[in-house]
Amino acid sequence: MSTSISVAGVSLDVIERGEGRALLFLHAGEGLEPQRPWLDLLAAHYRVIAPAHPGYGQSELPGWMSSVDDLAYLYLDLAARMELKDAVVAGACFGGWIAAEMAVRDTRRFSRLVLVDPLGIKNGGVQDRDIADMHGLPRAEYMKLAWADPANGTVDYTVMSDSEIAGRVRGRDAFTLFGWKPYMHNPRLKRWLHRIDLPTLLLWGECDGIVTPAYGEGWREAIPGARLEIIPQAGHFPHWEQPEQFVARVRAFVDGQGPS
Amino acid sequence: MRVWYFSEMAYHPAWEEGLSRGSLRVVLPNRNFDPQVGYGLLNRYLDEFALCDEVGLDIMVNEHHSTATCLTVSVSMALAILARETKRARLLSLGTPIANRPDPVRVAEEMAWLDVLSGGRLEMGLVKGAPYEIAPANSNPANLMRRYWEAHDLILKAMSTTDGPFNWEGEFFHYRNVNIWPRPLQQPTPPVWMTGLSPETGRAAAERGHVVGTLLSGAVAGPMFEAYRQRARELGWTAEPDRFAYAAVVGVGNTTQEGYRRADLAAGYVRTAPVVLEPFTNPPGYNSVGANVAMLKAGPKRGGFVLDREGKPVDHRTATVEQFMASDTVFAGTPDDVFNQIRAFNERIGGFGHLLFFGQGGFLDHKDTVANITLFAREVLPRLRELSPAPERSATVAAE
Repeated sequence: MSTSISVAGVSLDVIERGEGRALLFLHAGEGLEPQRPWLDLLAAHYRVIAPAHPGYGQSELPGWMSSVDDLAYLYLDLAARMELKDAVVAGACFGGWIAAEMAVRDTRRFSRLVLVDPLGIKNGGVQDRDIADMHGLPRAEYMKLAWADPANGTVDYTVMSDSEIAGRVRGRDAFTLFGWKPYMHNPRLKRWLHRIDLPTLLLWGECDGIVTPAYGEGWREAIPGARLEIIPQAGHFPHWEQPEQFVARVRAFVDGQGPS
Repeated sequence: MRVWYFSEMAYHPAWEEGLSRGSLRVVLPNRNFDPQVGYGLLNRYLDEFALCDEVGLDIMVNEHHSTATCLTVSVSMALAILARETKRARLLSLGTPIANRPDPVRVAEEMAWLDVLSGGRLEMGLVKGAPYEIAPANSNPANLMRRYWEAHDLILKAMSTTDGPFNWEGEFFHYRNVNIWPRPLQQPTPPVWMTGLSPETGRAAAERGHVVGTLLSGAVAGPMFEAYRQRARELGWTAEPDRFAYAAVVGVGNTTQEGYRRADLAAGYVRTAPVVLEPFTNPPGYNSVGANVAMLKAGPKRGGFVLDREGKPVDHRTATVEQFMASDTVFAGTPDDVFNQIRAFNERIGGFGHLLFFGQGGFLDHKDTVANITLFAREVLPRLRELSPAPERSATVAAE
């Protein structure tokens, strides 16, 4: 089920599935992909709240909005509007960056933070490229870096409706708007990660070539008490390539349940 | 009709290497540029521009970045030289890629300086820039046109304001004391030009009364010019041909064969310009959502195609002179042939006032280029002036 919720004057397309503890899922740069299994697998245990980021799908991207700061405040407003308590905030890739920007600002409504191969920080020097230039690579090379098995991420546009393709194109444009320069990071975010006062789990695809597990070490060191776990046979989108593993790790972290 | 000679100042010695790597732009390392060869080429190309002044042609320069197709990195620098080397020619900058420039006030200053230096001969193009210009500038493609319009408005206001300083706190640009010295000689601003490929650009230009130019495809020019005319009518004025510019490769010779040979060599520019690594051809946000939906549905094999007069696709990367002529990309042959082709095109397109004459494009050597320029100016230009009088130049009223 998808509903339209107005937050800070912005109309957001939000999916809600399942019952129980609230889990705000912030999707990757590739999009929400509501037909894929991970939301349903999460929804077997949690009340999943998954907005399409402004510009993606049917969510509105107002002209004044252009930074990840805006998205962080927007989702903090959404959490307040939905009166979330003791909730989990989980973000993948671009969504991980947004989740971290929320967590350095205000964690009142949350009790756990899960970051899945997040973008958003800079570890290295001026000439080091911590985050692969996804917009400067031919598609085939990008796919090789982003996926353990590129076949898992193939998208067939010829079978989609025009409006579905348009939603994806708008999302691609929005990802660019928010992340073009500085490229997919906030140069100051790492300085403030010490403010995060939630138990934090970093999940990382073993084969991620967009941001490698070594980049994840930079996150682990900067967030007090954070744990970094590697998911085998997954690239930049472990929730997509290994959805059962992803959900099992989230459950173990959130509820103390071991992988079955 | 006014005719503006134009050359990209190509570095063709690196084209073969660029073609073999699948990109002449952005990723072709500059070790493929020999500065000694470049010294000769830059000076030669500027000599060819200067010759145009002697034979009665006007002059256009453009700029590109990080590419073997074009060595001009700054319209302002090239025109600064040509302002001094020429006496009569009008000088068209087409143009400054203002959405890729961090400092629009600097653009206004440089354009005003050129206008004063040249005695009011400047025509000022403010352009969006090609998609592969995004990477060298690292400008955000997703809000390119918002930035373009803010820079456009600021530049025109800076050039036309005489009682400054004024304040500007916009979405992208912030200044508290805008007050450019010198101010332009042509008041309130030199004529303003835009470029584009779509009817949408035609309408936007009509709303401001700017000259609009496009290139290398009659199938693109027709709908864009028509959209301009229609929007002008809606706004209560008639768009004369002097609002429209069209760029084509022209090869003229004493025989048809000689004209074709020159056109074929000059058209090397058209064949190489689209050869660029895939991710730089269509950065997100550069093209409209609708255009991208159509491209994704069409699948990965695309690009470099325009339609000829019969609606058949012509691949710019491999086309022959005859195929280029069928898409109005090239006019070629004897002076009679070339005049007749331009006259017919002028009728088909509903009248255009400015021909942008690509008279050099890589492998056409100096001797042939000089012959192409002089023969065109002597035999074709006077007849084009009869066909439609050269538009009087008047400054555009600055947008508020």
